[in-house]
Amino acid sequence: MTNSTGRRVAIVAGCRTPFCKAGTDLKYVRAVDLARHAARELLERTNLNPHAVNEVIFGQVVASPLVPNVAREVSLLPQFPKEIPAYTVNRACASSNQAVTAAHDQIAFGHADIILAGGVESLSDVPILATRRLSDILVTASKAKTLGSRIATFARIRPRDLIPVSPAIAEPSTGESMGQSAEKMAKENHISREEQDRWALRSHQLAAQGTADGRLTAEIAPWLPERAGATVVSADNGIRTDTSLEQMAKLRPVFDRRYGTVTAGNSSPLTDGASAVLLMAEEVARALGYEPLAFVRSYAVAAVDPGWQLLQGPIWAVPIALERAGIQWKDLGLIEMHEAFASQVLSNLQGFATKGWEINEDIINVMGSSIAIGHPFGATGGRLVTTLANEMKRRDVQFGLISVCAQGGMASAVVLERR
Amino acid sequence: MPYFRWEAKDGVAVVTLDTPGAPVNVISRGVKEELYELLAELERDATVKAVAFFSGKPDNFIAGADIEEFVQLKSSADAEQLSRDGQALLDRVAAFTKPTVAAIHGACLGGGLEFALACRYRVATDHPKTQIGLPEIQLGILPGAGGCQRLPRLIGARAALDMILAGKSERAAKAFRLGIVDELVPPAILKDIALAAALRLAQAPFRRRSGGGFLGAVLDGNPLGRLLVFYLARRQVLAQTRGNYPAPLAALEAVRHGLSHGVKEGLKREAQLFGQLALSDVSRKLVQIFFATRELKKDLGVPGAPPPAEVSRLAVVGSGFMGAGIAGTTVVQVGIDVRLKDADLVRVAKGLVAARDIINDRLTRRRITKFEHARLIAFLSGSDHYTGFGRAELVIEAVFEELAVKQQVLRECEEVLPPSSVFASNTSTIPIARIAETSRRPQQVIGMHFFSPVARMPLLEVIATAATAPQTVSTAVGFGRRLGKTVIVVKDAPGFWVNRILGPYMNEAAYLLLSGVRPDDIDAAMVQFGFPVGPITLLDEVGIDVAQHAGEVLQAAFGERMTPPPALGALVKDGRLGRKAGKGFYTYHNGKKGDVDAAIYPLLGVQPNGGIPSAEIVQRLTYAMLNEAASAVADGVVRTARDGDIGAIYGFGFPPFRGGPLRYLDDLGADRLFAELQRLSERLGPRFAPSEAIVEHARSRARFYT
Repeated sequence: MTNSTGRRVAIVAGCRTPFCKAGTDLKYVRAVDLARHAARELLERTNLNPHAVNEVIFGQVVASPLVPNVAREVSLLPQFPKEIPAYTVNRACASSNQAVTAAHDQIAFGHADIILAGGVESLSDVPILATRRLSDILVTASKAKTLGSRIATFARIRPRDLIPVSPAIAEPSTGESMGQSAEKMAKENHISREEQDRWALRSHQLAAQGTADGRLTAEIAPWLPERAGATVVSADNGIRTDTSLEQMAKLRPVFDRRYGTVTAGNSSPLTDGASAVLLMAEEVARALGYEPLAFVRSYAVAAVDPGWQLLQGPIWAVPIALERAGIQWKDLGLIEMHEAFASQVLSNLQGFATKGWEINEDIINVMGSSIAIGHPFGATGGRLVTTLANEMKRRDVQFGLISVCAQGGMASAVVLERR
Repeated sequence: MPYFRWEAKDGVAVVTLDTPGAPVNVISRGVKEELYELLAELERDATVKAVAFFSGKPDNFIAGADIEEFVQLKSSADAEQLSRDGQALLDRVAAFTKPTVAAIHGACLGGGLEFALACRYRVATDHPKTQIGLPEIQLGILPGAGGCQRLPRLIGARAALDMILAGKSERAAKAFRLGIVDELVPPAILKDIALAAALRLAQAPFRRRSGGGFLGAVLDGNPLGRLLVFYLARRQVLAQTRGNYPAPLAALEAVRHGLSHGVKEGLKREAQLFGQLALSDVSRKLVQIFFATRELKKDLGVPGAPPPAEVSRLAVVGSGFMGAGIAGTTVVQVGIDVRLKDADLVRVAKGLVAARDIINDRLTRRRITKFEHARLIAFLSGSDHYTGFGRAELVIEAVFEELAVKQQVLRECEEVLPPSSVFASNTSTIPIARIAETSRRPQQVIGMHFFSPVARMPLLEVIATAATAPQTVSTAVGFGRRLGKTVIVVKDAPGFWVNRILGPYMNEAAYLLLSGVRPDDIDAAMVQFGFPVGPITLLDEVGIDVAQHAGEVLQAAFGERMTPPPALGALVKDGRLGRKAGKGFYTYHNGKKGDVDAAIYPLLGVQPNGGIPSAEIVQRLTYAMLNEAASAVADGVVRTARDGDIGAIYGFGFPPFRGGPLRYLDDLGADRLFAELQRLSERLGPRFAPSEAIVEHARSRARFYT
């Protein structure tokens, strides 16, 4: 399908860092360095002349106050000319979907030919804040004119002011945490513990298979340590090859210890990682000799009341994207659904089923998804686009869908087409 | 006035030195004569209240005195007069009735700094191109236009001696810290600040605060402290030069004399000593090397070579010590993308860490800021695949020294490289033509033989085969030069140049070991001769297994005269590979070299007997090398004697003051060497038999240099 300007936008290539559980193999790596690594390795893999890139767009949810615009630091890699503008977007867990679709728009409008999009998150490197009172005191002290008044200001500090504030993964509007929302969706949609565990197990098994047969490994640009003796990280470290339903059943629910069903096993872990995707106008890609993996056919975003079922947004976003694509659910040959929680995936699928759509698990998350692979918020969208586009090429599938639920009751859906 | 121009601005004469038709300013006879006239004119002009001196050259203030004039000096008396003339001119500058300001941007060296020191005030830019120093010592002379007098009076004897004796140039920030320059400013405001300073000086006299603090007062400020300073400096100079270089001692004397007898006497002594040094053999040799190096910088290695192809991206295969060294040095020196490839990621990671260490070292030594450091680090990357090779204009392989491996790497690279790219092999033992046999584009295959450690060793041998295209040669030479290396182009013959002439030298050292000479006695004799390290230490540094392998290759090519004695094998079998293994001929503790390891004697099957005097050690080692060097020249291994000497000096530290092996051979006389070799050959065996080249030179009284 063509868009308003007639420019079709190609997904040329994508890659990512290994996804590692927060606090493990990548814990000393800054988010900006993960993002730069993914971007740089994508250049290496595509042999793209960096001077051809018109813009860099990255997604990030929890930005470091020291690097507020991580995309610009990517575009300031010395491989690039310094004149490539760049911005960072935050659409929560759909941030790198947003980066990709924003890139699509710029190219479609003819504002750009080649855009490097991507996303990054380091949950090992989240900003820890000072209390409001402590920051007030520090600001006042920095403005104090005499030593005496500075000491007097500092004297106001009380022990409780020194307790650091760490950001919680909770909705500012409702105070409900992600896990609580997942718990609520499991209950309201009557999704059993066993169903959730089964889905999680499936995610691990398929991801393990995708790693073993090299399909997932092919997307990964290994992280080479900066210090002698440290280990090379060349695979995702959250995928469990050895787990079973019995083992998963032993885990205790985290968010509702009495009646709950959501466990660490059937949720996605806090993760560090980055992804990058190269998008080009179709004719530009062909002129440069690139064979596109797929094209962006359509996309849509939607939002629901966060106080309802926080992660049920996809059942609004997906129909719009399909409609914009001019295709139907049954036309889809592959589906990549972000897995924040098994209860969320199953709730989304239940919602799709109520529309009369047939759920064919054989084409959904064929290499597992975020429960096994991990979920660095800002980077997941880039991973999904890469995985889907590569697999569409392998299977020669014409239409593929990406569906991502996000904080704030939002969702993003993207339809890719192969030819 | 061809050299100087000036204009008045707010009562300040803005003087610009701009030598016509030259890239840099030097203080030549013409400049000197014109400066006298200019000063007279400015003195007469009542509207001129002060003078500020600028350079019209980008990134260069004054590079020094005119070395061409210096080379033409015929006698010590002439040289002394040259020094006196310079002193007189700068005395005139110093005594100028109006305030003078030197506005320094770019190199301010030698005579240039002496001129600036004669000005009343100095403003310098904080730009990295602004380098300040007195490099005269490196040419075997001393600062002879008052530098030995003015600098110690400005910054104290200790700091001045540090600068003069090392001949090293410093960044402007260091010069500011030392008190050589009075203000440090960004280039954009150099002119404003220099003019403002000139006006300020015209209104009120300027008194410089004496620096140096307590230590300065104790050591520089009183005769007793100075005695200690000079004693220590002399001891250090003697330890470093072994008495082979007279200039540092002369400079020490010029400074000392001036401080104890006053400026006037000091200048006189300075000129005298300058006169003695200028015509000395050592200085002549060092100047010849200076010119040879300068010529080589313009020489692309083949007659009429096309300009080097642009290299904006380097790929390196093999992430061992050499590969990592090449990668790190490229990032630091050239600042381009480097992609490192090896068989597995653990090795790649190790190589990247080693390459990064070279960049880190620049940060530790504060040569770069942490932001520049972060930028440079981002140029390095690596993989176990050939990803990223598609945009590399040059690939250098530094994989295992085995023909089949190198050929395979070549084939794999040609699959992924752009068709115009150059493939270079960093081999020390394998003929490039053999590697190129499997190439689809043999005209783009070349050798680039680096020396270890790459970051520090200044020489690069570029090896062209018969099939190598001129553009390939110029690209390799040009890239080597961007790496900061001195490059010689040599023939694709076993050992190339450096290892070939080192072979007999190393073999002879092994013969000496087997006859019971202590390793440290051999090393000490050669260090006294002028080498930076002796041959046994060199073996430990290079790796005894590596040296053994190189020896075997030479033996295979040249037969009996290159046969290594069976000394190294026993050590290699024992795992004594040198420094890298933590044990060799010497002991190593935490990377620090210790004494000779007594465990080697039973391995060698000898007891140290101290029987051979050091003069004979020197003779046997050097003559073996000279014999082979003559033969290699006859084989056309180097294009000129100049390349041969430069290669030996930069490749393994042949004593520079002897001018290189071929110049040394000329000095010795081929006939004398012939006779000595014959004598040695009768006594020690046919390995000393004079080579055909020596026989021929002795017969025809030919010289390498005419």
